[in-house]
Amino acid sequence: MTIRTATHLSIRNLDVWYGGQHALKDINADIPRHQITTIVGPSGCGKTTLLKSLNRLSELNTQVNVSGQVLLDGIDIYDPAVDVTEVRTRIGLLAQKPCPLPMSIYDNIAYGPRIHGQKNGKMDDVVRTHLQDVELWDEVKHRLKAPATGLSVGQQQRLCLARALAVRPEVLLCDESTSALDPISARAVERLLDRLKENYTVVMVTHDLAQARRLADYVLFIWLGEVVEQGPARHVFNQPREPRTRAYLAGEIG
Amino acid sequence: MMNRRQRRHLEERFFKGVMRLSLFLALGVLGLIIVTVTQKGIGSLSWSMLTKSSEGGFYLGKEGGILNAIVGSLYLAAGATALALVLGLPVVFYLHAYIGKSSLANAVRLAFDVLWGIPSIVYGAFGFILMLMIGMRASLLGGIITLALVELPILVRTMDEVMRMIPHELTESTYALGTTRLELAGILLRQTLPGLVTAVLLAFGRGIGDAAAVLFTAGYTDNMPDSLMRPVASLPLAIFFQLSTPFPEVQARAYASALVLTILILVISLLARLSLRALGRHVIR
Repeated sequence: MTIRTATHLSIRNLDVWYGGQHALKDINADIPRHQITTIVGPSGCGKTTLLKSLNRLSELNTQVNVSGQVLLDGIDIYDPAVDVTEVRTRIGLLAQKPCPLPMSIYDNIAYGPRIHGQKNGKMDDVVRTHLQDVELWDEVKHRLKAPATGLSVGQQQRLCLARALAVRPEVLLCDESTSALDPISARAVERLLDRLKENYTVVMVTHDLAQARRLADYVLFIWLGEVVEQGPARHVFNQPREPRTRAYLAGEIG
Repeated sequence: MMNRRQRRHLEERFFKGVMRLSLFLALGVLGLIIVTVTQKGIGSLSWSMLTKSSEGGFYLGKEGGILNAIVGSLYLAAGATALALVLGLPVVFYLHAYIGKSSLANAVRLAFDVLWGIPSIVYGAFGFILMLMIGMRASLLGGIITLALVELPILVRTMDEVMRMIPHELTESTYALGTTRLELAGILLRQTLPGLVTAVLLAFGRGIGDAAAVLFTAGYTDNMPDSLMRPVASLPLAIFFQLSTPFPEVQARAYASALVLTILILVISLLARLSLRALGRHVIR
């Protein structure tokens, strides 16, 4: 039995070592439910490492060591009793570069539901709903069996978003998910994320401060592997308490 | 005095010329082999040579054909490739999915590189000794096992390189859907299938063309292959035996056999290329 609170993901004393390097130092944060949390900070400060520690993708790299807790509704995803595939089903990822699966547009969406036990009978509906969700349906409905690689980069990223949503996650991690896109596709993805937060908790890494200002409800500012400041976006962006946050927002570091 | 711009253009032209020359030499060798084999062998190539087994005195210039060697070679190479795949695929997947870039993985890669470099006559001798130990005679099965050992390093290392070309993002995105490692392997198989088929072709080509590995282990016979436990004829050995005779007409038959082998490989490669186009439709580049 899990209790639904305002906090969806809770990061407790998280330390991450990358090789010999202490990449993240004693991170503590509460990610609010059904809001967009942005992780901002200069390049190489550990933003992506933090993001990928939230659904244990970081452990794909054998050089990475993690200690501490990440609690998803109170359950530590690093608990050895927890099934990692379950964690990643509940916490999805939209990567930096769109990377469709090597199959058709239709199968890209259907793959996730299929491995999680969805029968083929209702698959057409599942595929249509999720493609409509990301406003891709009208563009691809006549070529669902075509290779996903035939889509433009912007379309591919929306397909990847639909694919991630089709496994019905609770949390969606976005790793600079609009940085590889043209401005129009980027804004389309932004719009979608803004709408999706009604039903999903979104955590996004971005180096684009303007984007963070547009989207963020909650902000984590990370610098050299530490959380310097966190809080509701309007506080962090308008009245930063820390001098380092002020310097970053003013463009003096980063 | 040349100015800088002229010198850079001259460099460009020079190196382009060197590259073209190398390409020409490589293709030229292939062309010359085909021309020589065709020229010397086409006269002896006959329908009965392709449709009849060797009948006693074929290697002395009498009647018969090399059908037994054609079929034998196909059996040997297909069997060996299948066996090498059965042995090799788990190695490749284990390398990729479980030990990745570790020093153990690199040691395994080094071991297979060494195996790749070992001459096939050594595999033949090794296989022969092994067969003596367990009391097995030269046979189709012995040839298949030995050829599989010859093919295994080619298959494993080529497939391994194909797997290493997989974009990191694909692995991550797939895992992020909550897949198990086995399900990930399924996705990666789709991504790499064209490359893997190419690896199988390389291995098959090596297997069907090898004479030394089957010399002691598969033996030779005038009969069609009829049992895994009996000796079997093969095209490379047919060429070898025919060329070793002092009779010009039999030597011409060797060239005709070589022509058959070359055409066989060409046809198989072309068919595979065609199927690759269909397989590669969804591959992420």
